[in-house]
Amino acid sequence: MNGHAILYTGVTLAFWSTILIVGICYTIFDLGFRFDVAWFLTETSPFMWANLGIGLAISLSVVGAAWGIYITGSSIIGGGVKAPRIKTKNLVSSEDIKTVIGCPIGRRTIGPASSSIIFCEAVAIYGIIMAIVISNMAESFSGTTPETIGARNYQAGYSMFGAGLTVGFSNLFCGICVGIVGSGAALADAQNGSLFVKILIVEIFGSAIGLFGVIVAILQTSKVKMGD
Amino acid sequence: MSLYPELSFNVDHGYLEGLVRGLKAGILTRSDYHNLAQCDTLEDMKLHLQSTDYGSLLTAGNEDLTVSLIDHRLKENILTEFRCLRSHSLPPLSTFLDYITYSYMIDNVVMLITGALKQRDVAELLPRCHPLGMFDQMAAVGIARTPAELYSAILVDTPLALFFQDAVSEANLDEMGAEIIRNKLYKAYLEAFYKFCQESGGATKNIMCPILEFEADRRAFIITVNSFGTDLSGVGRSALYPSCGRLYPEGLRLLARAEDYEQVKAVADYYPDYKLIFDEPEAGSSRTLEDRFFEREVKLNTLAFLEQFHLGVFYSYLKLKEQEARNIIWIAECVTQRQKSKIDNYIPIF
Repeated sequence: MNGHAILYTGVTLAFWSTILIVGICYTIFDLGFRFDVAWFLTETSPFMWANLGIGLAISLSVVGAAWGIYITGSSIIGGGVKAPRIKTKNLVSSEDIKTVIGCPIGRRTIGPASSSIIFCEAVAIYGIIMAIVISNMAESFSGTTPETIGARNYQAGYSMFGAGLTVGFSNLFCGICVGIVGSGAALADAQNGSLFVKILIVEIFGSAIGLFGVIVAILQTSKVKMGD
Repeated sequence: MSLYPELSFNVDHGYLEGLVRGLKAGILTRSDYHNLAQCDTLEDMKLHLQSTDYGSLLTAGNEDLTVSLIDHRLKENILTEFRCLRSHSLPPLSTFLDYITYSYMIDNVVMLITGALKQRDVAELLPRCHPLGMFDQMAAVGIARTPAELYSAILVDTPLALFFQDAVSEANLDEMGAEIIRNKLYKAYLEAFYKFCQESGGATKNIMCPILEFEADRRAFIITVNSFGTDLSGVGRSALYPSCGRLYPEGLRLLARAEDYEQVKAVADYYPDYKLIFDEPEAGSSRTLEDRFFEREVKLNTLAFLEQFHLGVFYSYLKLKEQEARNIIWIAECVTQRQKSKIDNYIPIF
């Protein structure tokens, strides 16, 4: 077995044996009452859940975007050696700027490869937008015991955590999906230029699943109201 | 992550895979071969090749245009591309590319041994070695007198040391012994390569293992057919057959007992793919058995480009480029010798 396999089996073994031994000890010494889920949920502050949600929203989205970008990017660079047209194409010339004065875009066409990268980047943008939206909902409250904090604040904390989880994981997998498809698109485009638009359609569907995550997260946080 | 290779393949090998696929797009197509076959002189061929990916490969320098110059330039081109890929690669791709070079190393070692037996000068033989199979102690290979000496003095430091277990037992280093050593080394090498591809798993295994199985079976058939009329017995032959092919174990046992070509053909008839290869071709086409083996190899290699995120594309690209070089040299020879009737015996790739 190579080093990685030994490491993974060792860590897994240590983890499960700790859990097993701790569980057996608690059972033997009649300390089972200490495993109290209700106490945990009411004693932890809603702010912890809220901020975990914000953190997960942005970090998992960024992981997904980064994963997708590197998968696509390395294929673009490799394929672009023999087929340079798959990179970004800039066709701006001075005549074009004169004729389209007022239009800031000019006659620039964004090449196929960069549009795959842009789809991946959009995933990170969804993440940061949701992180900002969720963090704006956190308000201070003056209760200190479960009764004075009130159900609404607990609900707010859990909703924000759930929304962060939703948008984080859906963007993670969306980024990976768009990255793998984009890599295939770059290599296919290098062989045959007409293939890119067809594969772009697949990428658009992949990109939509990230958007679903954002929509559901917005719905989850729509009823959040923290405060007294 | 061997479970989902597409998630981690591009970290180390994405650039090189893109590069190889770009190079593959430059492999000559049927229409290029058609144009080349219409040429009447080597100058015309040079002109046609200029419009392909070869560009100014043949026009550089001012030596006379001969077939051997074309051959030399094509091989140099393949060598440069392979060296570029190998120098940029990381494990496991670097291990994979090293495995590819071992077969050329084996050929070089055996060539140096037979050259030494004929009292040829080492300095004369070294330029004729295959450049992909160079290793440091090559010049010293001719000095060894027995296989044991060859192993302990020279080869133990090279990558070929792993494949030398069986061949060390050979008693002598004569002409026949050198061929036996070649086949035994190759058998050990092929089985090690097959095991490596199997352990890589995923698409690499799905693409490379059929190719290597075919290579093993092809060696078995060729050894059998070539051993008729020599004193290599069935038992001696069966020690040389690689066991990683589809013929193992039943077909190899039958092949060891075969005494003539008809019996070999009967063994091949049990396997539908090999039956097609051994079937008598229709009258008029002069494809030899070797040609038909090459055809099947080309077909298996082109399948590698249908999957992404695996190492097989590198192997297949090298083999297809070599086949392309063989095709171009065949056409060039036909053109220079004015034998236009046989010019269509090249094997089209794409």
